[in-house]
Amino acid sequence: MYDFNHHRPGSIDAAASALSGADDGKILAGGMTLIPTLKQRLASPSDLVDLGAIGELKGICEEGGAVVVGAMTTHAAVAKDATVKAKIPALAHLAEGIGDAQVRNCGTIGGSIANNDPAADYPAALVGLGATVRTNKREIAADDFFTGMFETALDDGEIITAVAFPVPEKAGYAKFANPASRYAIVGVMVATGPAGTRVAVTGAGPCVFRLSDAESALGSGISADAVANVSVAADGLNSDLHASSEYRANLVNVMLRRAAAAAG
Amino acid sequence: MPTVSMTVNGRAVTGEVEGRTLLVQFLREQLSLTGTHVGCDTSQCGACVVHVDGESIKSCTMLAQQADGTEVTTIEGLASNGGLHPMQEAFREHHGLQCGFCTPGMVMSAVDLLNKNPNPDEGEIREWLEGNICRCTGYHNIVKAIQSAAENMRG
Amino acid sequence: MSETGIGASVQRKEDFRFLTGQGRYTDDINRPGQLHAYFVRSPHAHATINGINKSAAEAAEGVVAVFTGADMAADNVGSLPCGWVVNDRHGEPHKAPPHFPLARDKARYVGDHVAVVIAETYDAARNAGELVEVDYGELPAVSGTGTALDSGAALLHEEAPGNLCYDWVLGDEAEADAAFAKAHHVTKVDLVNNRLIPNAMEPRAALGDYDGGTDSFTLYSTSQNPHLLKLILCAFVFGLNENKLRVIAPDVGGGFGSKIFCYAEETVCMWASKKVKAPVKWTADRSESFTSDAHGRDHITHAQLAMDENGKFLGMKVDTTANMGAYLSSFSTSVPTYLYATLLAGQYTTPVIFANVKAVFSNTAPVDAYRGAGRPEATYVVERLVEVAAREMGIDPAEIRRRNFIQPDQFPYQTPVALQYDIGDYDASLTKALEMIDYDGFAGRKAASESNGKLRGIGFSSYIEACGIAPSAVVGSLGAGVGLWESAQVRFNATGSVSVFTGSHSHGQGHETTFSQLVADTLGIPIENVEIVHGDTGSIPMGMGTYGSRSLAVGGSAISRACDKIIEKSRKIAAHLMEASVEDVEFENGTFRVAGTDKEKSIAEVAFTAYVPHNYPEDVEPGLDETAFYDPLNFTYPAGVHICEVEIDPSTGVTEIVDWVAVDDFGKVINPMVVEGQVHGGIAQGVGQALLENCVYDADSGQLLTGSYMDYCMPRADDLPSFRVGLTETACTHNPLGVKGCGEAGAIAAPAATINAITNALGILSMDMPASPEKVWRLANEQKMAAE
Repeated sequence: MYDFNHHRPGSIDAAASALSGADDGKILAGGMTLIPTLKQRLASPSDLVDLGAIGELKGICEEGGAVVVGAMTTHAAVAKDATVKAKIPALAHLAEGIGDAQVRNCGTIGGSIANNDPAADYPAALVGLGATVRTNKREIAADDFFTGMFETALDDGEIITAVAFPVPEKAGYAKFANPASRYAIVGVMVATGPAGTRVAVTGAGPCVFRLSDAESALGSGISADAVANVSVAADGLNSDLHASSEYRANLVNVMLRRAAAAAG
Repeated sequence: MPTVSMTVNGRAVTGEVEGRTLLVQFLREQLSLTGTHVGCDTSQCGACVVHVDGESIKSCTMLAQQADGTEVTTIEGLASNGGLHPMQEAFREHHGLQCGFCTPGMVMSAVDLLNKNPNPDEGEIREWLEGNICRCTGYHNIVKAIQSAAENMRG
Repeated sequence: MSETGIGASVQRKEDFRFLTGQGRYTDDINRPGQLHAYFVRSPHAHATINGINKSAAEAAEGVVAVFTGADMAADNVGSLPCGWVVNDRHGEPHKAPPHFPLARDKARYVGDHVAVVIAETYDAARNAGELVEVDYGELPAVSGTGTALDSGAALLHEEAPGNLCYDWVLGDEAEADAAFAKAHHVTKVDLVNNRLIPNAMEPRAALGDYDGGTDSFTLYSTSQNPHLLKLILCAFVFGLNENKLRVIAPDVGGGFGSKIFCYAEETVCMWASKKVKAPVKWTADRSESFTSDAHGRDHITHAQLAMDENGKFLGMKVDTTANMGAYLSSFSTSVPTYLYATLLAGQYTTPVIFANVKAVFSNTAPVDAYRGAGRPEATYVVERLVEVAAREMGIDPAEIRRRNFIQPDQFPYQTPVALQYDIGDYDASLTKALEMIDYDGFAGRKAASESNGKLRGIGFSSYIEACGIAPSAVVGSLGAGVGLWESAQVRFNATGSVSVFTGSHSHGQGHETTFSQLVADTLGIPIENVEIVHGDTGSIPMGMGTYGSRSLAVGGSAISRACDKIIEKSRKIAAHLMEASVEDVEFENGTFRVAGTDKEKSIAEVAFTAYVPHNYPEDVEPGLDETAFYDPLNFTYPAGVHICEVEIDPSTGVTEIVDWVAVDDFGKVINPMVVEGQVHGGIAQGVGQALLENCVYDADSGQLLTGSYMDYCMPRADDLPSFRVGLTETACTHNPLGVKGCGEAGAIAAPAATINAITNALGILSMDMPASPEKVWRLANEQKMAAE
């Protein structure tokens, strides 16, 4: 690793000013992607602003019809949280399947979505459930938040504070994990609720996307049978050592059916 | 240089670190706690697993400064009074280790599992161990050891 | 049987230190004033090195020195040798281009060592490494086993035209052709034995420490055979007297073959410690392990089996291309020849076998022995052929094996491929395995799977291996540059404890326990009183180390012989003490007795007398410390049957191993618990090869595409089932313990069993490893479409 200055502010404002005061500052959330990246010397920030000491960024609460998850809440905390399990069990299930136990004990929802790895699970949850991303400056709808591979709508220095998930009537998530990295080769979130009927796919393309054919097929009720014949074109899907685009297209259908079955 | 303070295996320690110093480096190089190992650079093998405030984490993917003010337990501090923790004992009894390199992380991870789920079935154990790679045992005896430790620890 | 003796599942003595974090691995060792090495490695698969400007790096903070191949050349540092000369079909030795620890003219694979930076900290060394300016002239590269011999392929070494290392044959081609001419049916298979990266969990490490006062070196290294490493470094690389180097291989975190070899990094650390007058340490990060540990396997094979109308094997022809990588690693040449083609008879009476092996150079990391080394490749060829033959002939796969097994009354059995098997009972293992798996119930289980939308398959692998390598005269006649005996020194200490110094090296095998059981049993002393010392050339007689499942069969036999010498000397002392003639003194359970009397002396009393010889026989030297060197009379031949049962989800192509039965004949067993653990681990690596692991280089650029655990798929706990392990026993006829070796069996048997099960489930004849979900999904779909 190249060396850097480490900051550990106690408030969001202090974090924002530490970031603006740095030459090339980066936010350190759970570190599960950033620290390996630094170890490989693929990044050389001058400063890391560690959000780990900011209490207000952690925790889960119910707010109106939404479950609000603080940006620095770990995957493990989401997976075992009683509110999440009661209101959006599919979200708890998704969080429980991220990385491994130790990654879940450190990795955070804010860090994951800010990184927007095309194979991450959370983007499917946010888009599929129609969530809203809250930052220190504004609120951003999930549909507008994920803008491309490793790209988001966040401005420089903007800090995610929480994600608000409207409580769905039904939701289900199914994932086919890469056998080596255990990231999603394909992950599909199916949900119906205040945000409508939504289907979001991660892992398959350069960025999470909605599957409108599946959404219409599920319009009259969530079931695996309803989406049995929904297919996606392989063109434009990711292709790598582990899965060609054709295979991913097949997995989208299989995971879609499983997610629908889990939701129904 | 920044200073960090934490409690490691019940002992208060303080040390000077760089921004980039990893918790595992602090443990191995400054505290000479070499039982925690480094087996990969992509946070996957789990040879470096320790407990921070009671949760298992990969110490190769946590900066020493992130652990400032925490309570850290390493394999050296798992058992009290020089003996073996029931998990260590079960690994010995069921031959859950061969070369011993992944063992400290494996044991620390397994202890965290039983903290959260005192009665895991074989599938839950195997799933939990996703973050710990062993090249020697084929996991068979590790799974058996954890099942046995669970039984013993439930009493 | 005593609770701690031979045959007992004694808990391991070494475990306490490993379980409490008190193991001492190479990277745990630090020397005062030590510096750190960082290797500048080639980013190109093939490039000329036109110049290296190291001035910026030398000027960087914390840097002590920067060295290149030219600096080593100036010190007359030699090439890393390949210790086994394979003569080709014309009797010419293999092509042996030089392999310098730091490249001199060209870099020949991604990760090749180009320069080393020595600095006060690792970070300083690595920072400066980025300042070393290497002027590369990029060249076309060839990384494929199947393309290295192509006429237009990039040439790696002037010394090896056409990238051919050797073209080697075993057997009589004309006889084989004659057998094939008589055949009722010929089964043909094309196989790829996928390249693997060994991935011991402890990355390689080295710490070189030069002592100016005595002009001598200590090298701490993650080695499976410290004496061999010392021999190679002294005799071949540095031209150094052997009394000037001490190699210490402390606790080593797994090897699987990859830590047998003499590597560039440890060579450079040792050499550099004298240049900079300070200890020099290097520890691989995992990325370096991927690029620069010796890889394993990597064969392409076309094989044919000729049969009569009853499925009786008449002859076999095998044509293999084996990838050596960019340079010849220490024992690489022997792996696809003497450790491979000699095993092609398998457990069968195939009367004629002809094998042709071409070894090729490519722009990839060197390839050498990896758990099984040649024998997994041979078993894969034989057991895939047999399985496909059974399907083509419509014969049950168990039955076709039975029809061709070498029968118990045929031993010793001379195969047509040089080896003479001493003993075995192959049908006994098969019968037991069929019972354990409930073979008769398979059809019912398959139907049950089908009703759940799953495809179920069963696969066999009747493997054999040649272990306990090997009679020195035999391997010498085949080109080995070393003898393959083992040493043991058994030292009775004055107050009754015993220290055993063994040339074998434990890196997970549990020698401290099993060897202690052997010694405690033989000498009749408590196991707590035995200490096993290994891994330090400074305290142990010259030994040959651990690989090829040889530690017990060869190293244990040496210990047994040394114990015999202890007993014989003690008998003389006891006879003197008891005023009896030596012939009348019997030894049992640690006590000498005069036959027909109540006179007795414990061996501990005798040992004390040997060191305090106040009342002592005149013709016996004081002390009780005996050394034995054991040279085996033959290889040992562990064999068995593994049966794998899989269930495939055709919608995703995911294969789940739902049952695994292993029945192995390892001869006599010292510690069943340890043996079972070795079997489990071997199966996991074999299943890893069959389902998950695959080392991939980009065909054009030669870049390593599977350079981390993100892409190289290691078997995890949730990829594997629990295994059911059974044993049969025919005792080895030619070593004092009747043992055969168990470390590699699982890795040898498992790939064929797994692929046979998957192809059985899919209703096809063949597929290549690894059986990734996508590959299986495609094949399942093709079958479904063909059926519709």
